[in-house]
Amino acid sequence: MVKIILILISLAVFISSIFADQSDIIEVRDVPNDDGSALLINWEKPDYDVYGYQIYRLDQGTNEYIQVGEITNADQTEFIDYDPRYPLIPGVQVQYKIISLDHLGNELEVVGTSELFSTQASLFNFYKVNSFIATAFIFVALILFLNLARKGKGLFIRKIAGLDALDEAVGRATEMGKPVLYVPGLSTMDDVATIAAINILGPVAKKVAEYETKIIVPNTNPIVYTITHEVVKESYLEAGRPDAFDTDQVYFITDVQFAFVAAVNGVMMREKPATNLFLGMFWAESLLLAETGNITGAIQIAGTDAVTQLPFFITACDYTLIGEELYAASAYLSRDPILVGTLKAQDLEKAVILFLLLGISLFSLINFYFIHSSAINRILASILMVNS
Amino acid sequence: MSISTNLWVWLAAFLTLTIYSFLYKDNIMYKFAEHLFVGASVGWSIAIIWHLTVFQYIIDPIKEAVLNKDVLGFILVLVPTIIGLMYFSRFSRSKGWIARWPIAVTMGYYTGISITPSIETNIFKQVEGTILTSFNPGSLGSWWALLLLVGVVTTLFYFFFSVKHAGFVGRTAKVGIWFVMIAFGASFGYTVMARVSLLIGRIQFLLHDWLGIIK
Repeated sequence: MVKIILILISLAVFISSIFADQSDIIEVRDVPNDDGSALLINWEKPDYDVYGYQIYRLDQGTNEYIQVGEITNADQTEFIDYDPRYPLIPGVQVQYKIISLDHLGNELEVVGTSELFSTQASLFNFYKVNSFIATAFIFVALILFLNLARKGKGLFIRKIAGLDALDEAVGRATEMGKPVLYVPGLSTMDDVATIAAINILGPVAKKVAEYETKIIVPNTNPIVYTITHEVVKESYLEAGRPDAFDTDQVYFITDVQFAFVAAVNGVMMREKPATNLFLGMFWAESLLLAETGNITGAIQIAGTDAVTQLPFFITACDYTLIGEELYAASAYLSRDPILVGTLKAQDLEKAVILFLLLGISLFSLINFYFIHSSAINRILASILMVNS
Repeated sequence: MSISTNLWVWLAAFLTLTIYSFLYKDNIMYKFAEHLFVGASVGWSIAIIWHLTVFQYIIDPIKEAVLNKDVLGFILVLVPTIIGLMYFSRFSRSKGWIARWPIAVTMGYYTGISITPSIETNIFKQVEGTILTSFNPGSLGSWWALLLLVGVVTTLFYFFFSVKHAGFVGRTAKVGIWFVMIAFGASFGYTVMARVSLLIGRIQFLLHDWLGIIK
């Protein structure tokens, strides 16, 4: 009897060890600080010759394993399951199976099968703490400078040549009886340059309305078009000339880049605007637009934060707003306390960046030459931790 | 020389030449090509939006939610759809103001969503790449890294709007704008080369695919 019990116990231990072995050698962990779309799988390298692995996943509610990855390095025993084609759903349990491969890529045998596991979406991404601190700092600075600007303090903005010329440019169009062409870039509303271009459009359209000139605003994005239409309409209203607003002044052409350029070039050649304003985000079309405007003899003011396109605008336009000058333009033109406060807050941010650049460089060099501490290096690196 | 017998190649060559005729002056052939290009692109965009946006993100998910009796899924599709449809109120004179609601949502959403990526890519990544972590006088790389740091610092001075560009700030900003202009010069040359390769591609099409003059 005792023998039978012992045999049964040994058998149970043996069977359980087979299963325990299989699931123990595969460890599945949730990738922290994410939206629950990734899992980290680790396994032990088998004690026979392998050339790679295939990773299979079984989702709860299905009865077929899907291949989610393949590794062609026998020493790599870690895999992150993140593939938008086979998304992981937080809360839904999954099971992994690892199969070893021979040198021809044929499946050898099952390395192991994991236990059931499900991903969890994190409430907070701790890798972005520095972004959070920076954002909070920006908001505090913004509120501070907004209040100061409202009280009429610190409203000074240095001279920006391209914007000083704007009055002259609109005045010239009025004298010549020709329209002003305003292209708010070719990007969408998620582009900061487009938002800046729309902010500038307001004061420009108001000036145009006051001078009783015509403004043409062709658009390449339907949403941007709707917004520019409203902005121009509002500006005419603010200028006390709602009757002068013609809804056809602001129009949508097409969202295809070079078709849009062909059409705007045609407008420039036929309508012969006296002033061309290219403000916003531009790509390869920048020189095509600016060069055509140059041929027609228009005064041209351009502004973008696209570094690769700025040289073309500088070459072909009379004035160019470089990078952040574009963001500063709306505050410069309107002197609106809210916008001026924003600009001042941006300057404070730049001062902080300057301080970080010089300060961290200095500390790093002191550490490099005199202290030789890896801990200091890690602390300095963590300040700028940029992880997703 | 073997001229192409393919009708589409002839059409493409004809449209290429009509577009290039703009280099001489604006003319009726260019106008034809321009209008054709704009019309075809708008038609194509509408088809793409209809199939890849309206169907994929509105009609199909709504159908699926109705079939699965998924109330939350239905609401999550319906609410943005209604917000989007508000744009069409612009066609009515009396109800045109409704279009401001989706505009506000769009502006707020896009402004908010661009804060974190902007901070990470435009500030942290750039600062991380500029910081001088070590310096070896015998290494050319160290001197380049130092030059980069000086360039970034002086350029930042140029972009200060609250301070008058005079005295120390003015002189530093002037050094900064020199750095900017040198960078633009390099970028200009690089991009012009890329544009010339585009022109070569087009000429190759005309001389090889169409006229068969070159092999």
